[in-house]
Amino acid sequence: MKSVMVYCEVENQKVADISLELLSAGKRLAQKLGSPLYAMIFGSGLNGIESQIAPYGVDKLFVGNSMRLEPYRTLPHAALATEILKEEDPQIVLFGATSVGRDLAPRLASQLNCGLTADCTILDIGDHFVKKEKKEYKDLLYAIRPAFGGSIMANIVNWDMHPQMATVREGVMKKEIFDENYSTEIVEVDVNSILKEEDFVVKIIERHIKKSGVNLKDAPIIVSGGYGVGSKENFQYLIELAKLLGGEVGGSRAAVDAGYIDHDRQIGQTGTTVRPKLYIAAGISGAIQHRAGMQEASMIISINNDPDAPINKIADYVINGDVGVVVPKMIKYYKENAK
Amino acid sequence: MRPLKIVVLAKQVPDTRHVGPDAMKPDGTVNRGKLATVFNPDDLHALELALNIKDRVPGTTVTILTMGPQKAADIIREGYYRGVDYGVMISDRRFGGADTLATSYTLVKGIHKLAPYDLILGGRQAIDGDTAQVGPQCADKLKIPQITYVEEVIEINENEIIARRRLEKGIEIVSSPFPCLMTVHGSSPACRSRHAKKVMQYKYARTNTELRTADELILTLHEKRPYLTIPEWSVEDIGADMEKIGLSGSPTKVKSVESIVLTANEAKMLSDSDADIEMMIKELIEHHTIG
Repeated sequence: MKSVMVYCEVENQKVADISLELLSAGKRLAQKLGSPLYAMIFGSGLNGIESQIAPYGVDKLFVGNSMRLEPYRTLPHAALATEILKEEDPQIVLFGATSVGRDLAPRLASQLNCGLTADCTILDIGDHFVKKEKKEYKDLLYAIRPAFGGSIMANIVNWDMHPQMATVREGVMKKEIFDENYSTEIVEVDVNSILKEEDFVVKIIERHIKKSGVNLKDAPIIVSGGYGVGSKENFQYLIELAKLLGGEVGGSRAAVDAGYIDHDRQIGQTGTTVRPKLYIAAGISGAIQHRAGMQEASMIISINNDPDAPINKIADYVINGDVGVVVPKMIKYYKENAK
Repeated sequence: MRPLKIVVLAKQVPDTRHVGPDAMKPDGTVNRGKLATVFNPDDLHALELALNIKDRVPGTTVTILTMGPQKAADIIREGYYRGVDYGVMISDRRFGGADTLATSYTLVKGIHKLAPYDLILGGRQAIDGDTAQVGPQCADKLKIPQITYVEEVIEINENEIIARRRLEKGIEIVSSPFPCLMTVHGSSPACRSRHAKKVMQYKYARTNTELRTADELILTLHEKRPYLTIPEWSVEDIGADMEKIGLSGSPTKVKSVESIVLTANEAKMLSDSDADIEMMIKELIEHHTIG
């Protein structure tokens, strides 16, 4: 039977947001296909974990519950997932484009000899006609992502080697409860019979994970800088403005590469996707990878000395000028006018 | 500590930071001829890590392996300039159009020819696709453990390598026995520069294909110094299955590409004058967007 499978990440009995977003995306695909939505989750202390997952419309949940499965390590998770995927033979498998998903999914794609499309921004179902075979393939996964320099969106299909796999960044898909009382069948995975000693040769010696971290996704206002900010000193103005407005500071990939701002504040296809009430783009030209991560902001202000910057086309206010001149003025007039 | 044998996987990539309108062919594949090429940035970090281990463990050898068109021989020369011991190129038109699965199959066929090895290093991802898939796919096919996103190698001893990984929200220190594959994160140290002496020594390194159009001077040099000839492996040389390489070995195919056309909306165009900026701030406060 056709099915859609989602690999869920979990830590300390909490299912990751990205996984819940994928369950929602997976449910929409499953409904289009008229097939069930399955999920797999491997971790420690997972009794009752289904309460977090069932409401997203999961028909069957494969649970691998063992102390040895958390924190995530590649080989044991890959071995369990391979076993389940071979057994269930789903049409589509989705992973988060996270440190975990990007480590695991390619290993599985190689193991199962199938295709994997990274960092999709749109997932859909559709048909594809293969000229060479003169054959129409029905109900394929359309894995759509910005590609190559960002000037195009590519629709990637895979008709001959299954399953069809894709990764999606956090925040790209919306998580939506499907049914609070949805009933999910639980399948306990026989961890000990599947895993061998050699699956545990890599050992975690130390681990330091920031608990809170930056929360760009929930910030109502984001002041974001690009390469055009020009210097780390100018970036201080953005930090000051963000603080003043009660927002967060973000940046484009170019700003991260230039060392103006930390990687965990990167916005765009390979960073975080945000939907704030106000997005201030300072010195950001607006390559599609960046726009993919912020274009759903309710209001966009672009500050740029290039009148042809692509970001200006989606902005509500376009200020033609240097960041180092404009932002201090914004700070000044906000202080003067705010009550 | 016994010497290690390290293989660095490196890729020549189109410089995606400078892309023109004719960068894609109608079939959706990259029109490489139209683009400047660079050494993939993360792969340079991997090269540095390999050279760093070579400095720490005497007798260690570093081999750089690349797959690509003839032009990719630049990657091998660049590797020599910075201190690798050997370079090998996998090059054959029939490898063209490969996605990550077919690429990892091909590279692994090449790595088998270089066996035995202790460490396989590569960049975390390449800037032309950002997929970060080839490393883990190679590790799977080689049936060895992987350590992704490596930032630093903390310790190497007879039995294991200990490395720090850079994750989204923190770090992890892990150990793995040999052999293993590591993908190297861009937050690791940047690659050392070229050695002037090595540039002198290797600037005439050429593949056999390149030698066909080389002048007399270079041909004579290659006769005298065989190490200047870069091995060039074809489909037959690595014993690759035609079904598993190039387009036919690639499950993911481009169905269609759509150019992104931005439609202008009605933006308010402002100057950087005090009057314009004050007006905007007042509007934003009035509409409760800020304040």
